[in-house]
Order: sequence, then structure tokens, then C-alpha cells
Amino acid sequence: MSTNKIYRPQTNIDYSSYLYILPAFIFYLIFVFFPLADTFYNSFTEWNGISEKKWVGLEQYTKNLANKKITSSIKHSFILIIFYSFLPIMLGLLIAGLMIRVKVRGMATYRAILFLPQILSMIVVGIAWRWIYAPKGPLNSGLDFFGLEEVSRAWLGSFDYSLPFVGLIGTWVMFGFTMILFIAGVQKIPSELYDAAKVDGAGAISEFFNVTLPNLKGEIVVALVFTVTLALRNFDLIYITTGGGPGTSTMIPSMFIYKKAFQMNQVGSASSLGIMLTFLIFTLVSLILIIFRDKK
Amino acid sequence: MNYKNREKIIAHSIFLLGSIIVLYPFFSILFLALSEPGKRISGFTVPSGIYFDNFIKAWTDGGFSNGLFNSFVVVIGVVSITIFCSTLAAYAFEKLDIFGITPLFALLLIGLVLPYESIVISLYYTMKAYNLTNTYWALILPQIGLSIPFSIFWLRASFKSIPISLSEAAMIEGAGRLTILTKILIPQMIPAILTLTVLLFMWTWNEFLLALIMIQDADMRTAPLALSYFAGNKRYGDPAITAAAAIWVALPVLIMYIFLQRRFISGMVTGAVKE
Repeated sequence: MSTNKIYRPQTNIDYSSYLYILPAFIFYLIFVFFPLADTFYNSFTEWNGISEKKWVGLEQYTKNLANKKITSSIKHSFILIIFYSFLPIMLGLLIAGLMIRVKVRGMATYRAILFLPQILSMIVVGIAWRWIYAPKGPLNSGLDFFGLEEVSRAWLGSFDYSLPFVGLIGTWVMFGFTMILFIAGVQKIPSELYDAAKVDGAGAISEFFNVTLPNLKGEIVVALVFTVTLALRNFDLIYITTGGGPGTSTMIPSMFIYKKAFQMNQVGSASSLGIMLTFLIFTLVSLILIIFRDKK
Repeated sequence: MNYKNREKIIAHSIFLLGSIIVLYPFFSILFLALSEPGKRISGFTVPSGIYFDNFIKAWTDGGFSNGLFNSFVVVIGVVSITIFCSTLAAYAFEKLDIFGITPLFALLLIGLVLPYESIVISLYYTMKAYNLTNTYWALILPQIGLSIPFSIFWLRASFKSIPISLSEAAMIEGAGRLTILTKILIPQMIPAILTLTVLLFMWTWNEFLLALIMIQDADMRTAPLALSYFAGNKRYGDPAITAAAAIWVALPVLIMYIFLQRRFISGMVTGAVKE
């Protein structure tokens, strides 16, 4: 690694090197790191955004953890992980497993289409799906067409269905990404490995578990980190589709942070929830990295 | 031979089905937006004709000329400053020996995972204290800070792939560090910088939460923010006009995607793997 350096320090540290990283770090420290530290401090206070901050210690945290609406919003986030992360990854793996040696003509076009949901604003995505789920939208018209009028309803207005149906939007956004990622990964696996498995008499299923899956470890970690963090953050989509409702049936922590800070003027409480969300994401990402760490 | 053919048919069917699932929502709102104004389509029928009235109405009523302009200003500010700062920093990280590089890198790693939903409150009060809410600065400056960690990681990886011999030769001829960067390394980096530009453009264009909390003036709204007000406003409860508005907002990124799709995909797929 260090042989790749142009300049090595002669006798003492060359401080002018720091000038190169200075501009980037100024932006990063002022607009990311300082706000994080400030949020951390605010989380120990009671503050309405205008008057003096009042130090309350851990009170905001204990209050948040005792608040049923907040704990259930965290539960909702975990349900969304199933839709944003688990389903697309399973689907992507299944399809990648099927495509081991198939060369598909027109793959570039398929790839471009499957990747499309990744590039769009979640507000646009949310509006498209709001229409699909609307009382007189395509989904219900389709159900009516097949004589299933009893099933059709205002999906996003339903206490029982709104959360899984918002989750399905996440599945729609993510499944193309995991497919492309895993298919690209599968194509990098040396074909000798599959030949060797064939010689050993491995069937398609054992081939998948013994060759494909272990060699996709890197891609799986990437997909997990990417989709899990998005499922836990997820503000834009919830804001435009349900706003957390009906009631609090699709409420998630980031939506609570917004409501508490900007509608209820509970800045201290919102900050402590923000720190809790940060902690949750860091813990899950670390867990993913630890579980899938190379054991060599 | 037969076996191979069967596999190919299965593969095509899977991709075709996947493509239809992805495209259905797009065509669904496109048909809706192109439908005859005031006439309800059920979403399961193909429209009888093409009408652009909804697009015109959305454009004039939603203030999208302002919204698109504001978004472009923010994108240009964020992309240019981020690329400038990150190139310098990535160069120093990869090619210069810096004391204390590991903790500095770890510090950046925090920014890569941090959910910025949790820090926007603090950003808002800071901006308010300096009277910067409702200005472009409130959108540009934090977005640069948030974009810098990924950009440095991305550019550092491509600096790494440039062989050291290139810069050594220049060094022997007495070229300084800045000259080596601008004359020798950056020309090699153009593809990587272009891909990063595309990704930053997309992320900045689609950014919503910062705009939602920093901007209260209707004139200062970015395109996605204008869209959310438009879609949420009961007065414009017509879903066909909302659909047209959504297409206006998606259009710049879509056009860019049509021409540069390989950069989008390779940027996000390999960028993610490199991390």
C-alpha cells in the first residue's frame, strides 16, 4: 500500500499535505460531524427550539423507550426490513442462482429497466404508487375486473394493509438492484468451481449452496447494508404515501423525528430519537459486517 | 442444445416479467397524465387519445419552472464544490503520506452510514441562527458535507488503480504535487469523475428532507418539494395533473439516465462493492 505513495515524509511530517484534505474536512466537520455532536448534546435536554435548553440527563431516552407509539414505530421499521431487504435479496439470489451460465441477449436493456427505480426521487415513486393503490386506481380496477370487488379497498388508508403495502413499494424499488448486483457477482465466479462441483456429483441445489452462495458473500453484505439502512431511514416514501397514518400504523422513527422537531416543538425528544436511530443503524451495520466477516 | 434453449427461455421470461413489474407504475402514471382532462380513467384502460393539457396545467399551477430552476442551481453548486474538495482529499489520502490517516478515515466512515434524518434538526437551527434558511446555501452546504464521504471513497479507489510509475516519472522531471495531480492524474480520472458527477447529480436532485425543512418560501422550493406540496394540496386533487407533475420532476434525471445508464449502474453497483 505505502509503496503507492508519491511522497514519503523525509525527516518530519509534511504539514502541507493537510491542505489537500482541509476543504473537504471543513465541509464534513461543519455540516455532518458538528450537527451529530450537537444532536447528541440536545438529546440530553428539554428544548422547544426557542427558550433556554434545560439539561434533563437521560430523561428523553427513558421517555421515548416507554412511549408505546415510538417502540411500535421501531417495530414497523423491522417489518419494513423484511420488505426492503429480505424479500429483494431472496429474490435476487434465486434468480442469480438460475442464471449461472445463461448468456441472455439484450441483458443491457433488461439491466437498464430493472435499475430504473433506483434513480428516481422517492417522491415520484410514492406518487406513482399512491395512484396504483388509490380507491379507483389500477389495483382495485384489476381486482374488480376479476370479480374480486370485495377485496378492493383504499389500501394505504387501511390500518391492516398500509404497512405491508408501503413495504411492497420498497420491494419494488430494491429487487432490480439486488438482481443486477448478484447476477454481476455470479458472472465473476470462475466456472472451474462449478465444473468441480459437477464432477463431485453436486445437483443444482447443492451447487447453489456450496458454490454460488459462498462466492456472493461480498455482494450479499453490500445488499444487506444498503437495503437495511434504507428501510430504517425511509423518510421520503412514508411522508408522501401515508405520512405515518392511518393513525400511527405506518409511523417510523424518522417520521417521528420530523413531527416531534417541526410540528410538536419537542427538539430534545426528537434529538434523542435521532441518536437512537443512529445507534440502531450503526449496530445493525456492524452486526452485518461481523457476521459476514471473512474468517481467513 | 435443447437444455440450453429451455434455460434461455426461462431466463428471458424472468427478465421480461421483472421488466413489466418495474415499468407498470411508470406507464400507469404516464397514461394517467396523458389522459383527457377531467375524464376519469380507471387505470386498467389504455387512454383514447393523447392530451398534453395535464402537463401544461401542472407546469403553470405547480410553479415547476421555479422548482426545476432552483434544483439546477443546487445541483450545480453541490456537484462542483463536492468534486473539487473530494478530488483534492482523495489524492492526499491515496498518494501522499499523511500522519494520522487512519482516524481521519474512520471519521469519514461515520458519515457514510449516518442517517442524516437524525441530524437535520441541528442543521436547521444552525442555518436559522445565521439567517440562511430559505436560501440556496441551506440546501447546498449540508448536501456537500453529506456527499463528501462517499465521493472521497469513490475517488480514492480510482486513484489507487492508476500505476505509480506515471507520477514517478513526472516527479523525477521535477513536477510538483499539484502539477502531478492536475496534469497527470486527473486526465486519467475523467471517467471516474464523470460517473461520480452523474451520481451526485441524481442524489442531489432527488434530495427531499433538507428542502422540506429549510425552505418555507414557495419561490425557493426545489422540484421534489414543489411536487410534494402539489400532490398534497387538496385544491389540485386531480390525480392526472399530479401524475403529470411527477413526470416533470423525474424528467431531467430520466433523460440523463437514458444517455448515461451504464454510468449510473456501474457507479452504484461497483461503488457499493468497493466500499
